[in-house]
Amino acid sequence: MNSIVTQERIIALRKKRSAQDLRFKYYGFIAMCLALAVLVFLLYSIFSRGFTAFQKTTILLEINYDQEVLKLTPDSTEKEIEKGKFFKVKKNALNNVFENLSKSDAKLIKKLFSTNIDNEIKNYFLNNPSVLNTKQKLWVTAHSNVDQMLKGNSSRDVPEDRRKLNDIQLSFIDQLVQENRIQKEFNNFFFTRADSRHPEIAGIAGSFMGSLLTLFVVFILSFPIAIGASVYLEEFAPKNKLTELIEVNISNLAAVPSIVFGLLGLGVLLNVFGFPRSTPLVGGTVLALMTLPTIIIACRASLKAVPPSIKEGALAIGATKSQAVFHHVVPLALPGTLTGTIIGLAQALGETAPLIMIGMVAFIPNIPTGITEPSASLPVQIFLWVESAERGFQEKSAAAIMIILLFLFMMNALAVYLRNRFEKKW
Amino acid sequence: MFFWSIVLILIGIYSSYIFGQSRIKKLVYSTNLKPKSQYNYHAQYVLSWCLLPALIVYFSWAVFEEQIIQNLILDSFEYVEGAAYDDGLLLAEIRNVANNTDFSEGKSKEIINAASQYKSLKLTSEISFYISIIIIMVLGSLYAVRKINIQFNAQDTIEKYIKYILIFCSSIAVLTTIGIIFSLIFESFRFFSQVSIFEFLFSTEWYPFIPIREGQAAAEGSFGAVPIFAGTFLIMIVAMCVAAPIGLLTAIYLSEYASQKVRKTVKPLLEILAGIPTIVYGFFAFVTVAPFVKSFGQSIGIDASPTSALAAGLVMGVMIIPFISSLSDDVINSVPQNLREGSLGIGANKAETIKKVILPAALPGIVGAFLLAISRAIGETMIVVVAAGTAANLTANPFENVTTVTVQIVVALIGDQEFDNPRTLSAFALGLVLFVITLSLNVLALRIVKKYRERYE
Repeated sequence: MNSIVTQERIIALRKKRSAQDLRFKYYGFIAMCLALAVLVFLLYSIFSRGFTAFQKTTILLEINYDQEVLKLTPDSTEKEIEKGKFFKVKKNALNNVFENLSKSDAKLIKKLFSTNIDNEIKNYFLNNPSVLNTKQKLWVTAHSNVDQMLKGNSSRDVPEDRRKLNDIQLSFIDQLVQENRIQKEFNNFFFTRADSRHPEIAGIAGSFMGSLLTLFVVFILSFPIAIGASVYLEEFAPKNKLTELIEVNISNLAAVPSIVFGLLGLGVLLNVFGFPRSTPLVGGTVLALMTLPTIIIACRASLKAVPPSIKEGALAIGATKSQAVFHHVVPLALPGTLTGTIIGLAQALGETAPLIMIGMVAFIPNIPTGITEPSASLPVQIFLWVESAERGFQEKSAAAIMIILLFLFMMNALAVYLRNRFEKKW
Repeated sequence: MFFWSIVLILIGIYSSYIFGQSRIKKLVYSTNLKPKSQYNYHAQYVLSWCLLPALIVYFSWAVFEEQIIQNLILDSFEYVEGAAYDDGLLLAEIRNVANNTDFSEGKSKEIINAASQYKSLKLTSEISFYISIIIIMVLGSLYAVRKINIQFNAQDTIEKYIKYILIFCSSIAVLTTIGIIFSLIFESFRFFSQVSIFEFLFSTEWYPFIPIREGQAAAEGSFGAVPIFAGTFLIMIVAMCVAAPIGLLTAIYLSEYASQKVRKTVKPLLEILAGIPTIVYGFFAFVTVAPFVKSFGQSIGIDASPTSALAAGLVMGVMIIPFISSLSDDVINSVPQNLREGSLGIGANKAETIKKVILPAALPGIVGAFLLAISRAIGETMIVVVAAGTAANLTANPFENVTTVTVQIVVALIGDQEFDNPRTLSAFALGLVLFVITLSLNVLALRIVKKYRERYE
């Protein structure tokens, strides 16, 4: 009797224990799935918001390139055309979007179009000067409010006073849609223009160029310095207190918050050395200092991976130490150091906080061409757009995030490729 | 200037190399002796004496040229009585006029004069730059060539130079640290000469608005950083509540239960999570999570702020999940296999083994990982700048709006900066606190992890 009870208790206990075991396993599984689900959700929430930014809304506008109105002749030079009265042509065209428009309605119509359409009308004329004195049908960019409404990003069901477009404007849009005079096309502005106050003509070309220039500076500074430092620490440094200090320093520097590097840039590079503010030069320098520990650690690992027999072989046939290192060890470690550098550059590409400190948050409406010109950078541009109250900027920031993620992905893929392609297994 | 100076330096490199080589060759022919080092080392010796001084000149020009020109311009600028000037705007305007990028008409006479002065100064500077770089390259090469002879051991010298350059490279990291400490302490010192350190550390009023005009209301800003520290702590706690269980359980699952195939796919995916720029998390927090938290708060009857600590903390937690999981994974993997086998051998099942044997054995390492993650969370900037508030608010309610150290640093520096105003300087004092805390957490964590590793090696 007693033994049966004991046996039953043992079975029950075992059941309980294996249920616990299983439960624990599922906890782990659920945690892992949760982490992955968040990743998927994050990417989804960005991509679903961002991809609409690659299209813009355009409206068909009939433009009368009248010689009289433009104050141009068929043989006007380009400079004269630049000063042509295109805003008057635009005004006429806008007044004739619909027939018999009242003055107040014309005002409302004007707000459906981008402020940039003067330039679009002018550029079309510059490319086709033969259209003088003809009527042309042109697809011109719509205002961001129209764009957002048609993309469904802002609802038309909210009360009129909380909408950017009033009821009359909505009825105009509906009429345009019905007459097929409104369409979506590829948003070339997003890739060719710099930042703007108007979402419909704001693009990432300026900030992208800024990021590229910044990364160039980071590469030029950090790659040679990191290789030099890691070669010294790995091959030449005597084992003493100073070397130890440098090593501890590097590993601690890797954990300093990036914003502190921004303070360093502001306090030392800008205020003491007088670097030009908000330029890729100072941004790149700060980011190079920030990524240096990462790159040094990677470089040292790849130098360590080269077997000592290679160096010893060189030394045995009479090479000096630096010959052995620079002619034999460093070339073999080069793919590994490059991989480390690319990963460091990827880290620098996504960094925002230090750049804010050194003034790269300024509004820069043109595309930078040199490392000493004020410029934005891609992550800072995203920050500016996220902070902006204007609704049209939200999809822009999501789209810019898509671009930056694409580049990070490509850089990491390149690093993995280089590692697999060139790294030898000894 | 950039392009042509590169060309000039390249020409200098080439000709000095040839110069050195021909010099030693000539010496060998005329004396018919064997030189102490090979030809190319002599050539490299001359080259380094040509290149290094040229680089020094180049960089000092690059750093100081604009600064000096600006000072000269501002010194001689004819200020009009009664008009307000801003140095930065003025210089930008002068530069635009000088570069013909400003087409607006009706510039004042002073600006046009200054612009032409700027242009001529630029030209003078450029010409003198080219002249001095050529002179310095020629002088350097001549000096080096004079030192070359048969007995001269160029190889030794070159290797010594290389070693110096390498030492310089590795000292950059130390110089960076010194620069950080110097700038933080120096500016903080200026801050604490205006605001008492006790007020900063113990007072609970953070109102850093120093009036611009005198006699304005609220004439004194107050700089009590306690609410900021509390806000940072609150967000960090929320983040750790998310990241610690998920990260640790993921690590346990991956290292103890998952098949090789699952490990191989999940680990890189988690690394993606680690590689996403923090501004992206900020966007996610601001656009997706914050509205969700707000509506969730409403549904349970709490009035949540649109920039709540909860939203920022949750997303920050997601950000540090991969951090915790990969560090804990390493730690759990380095627990010796025989501990596992011993436990399984006496009849414990897997969960019991993990809970009663592996986790206690790995505890120091896991604590170290958590400390590193906390240091990361405290120093994180972009998520909180975008998704947390800017007003200092002493509260423990995660649905309310709080601010953090990093947010206040950004807020203090994002607009106009005046380095005699405690508002700007407060950023450096906060930065100093941040630096000290993250550094000590880090040192502590690394020490714990290191001790733990030694125990099992």
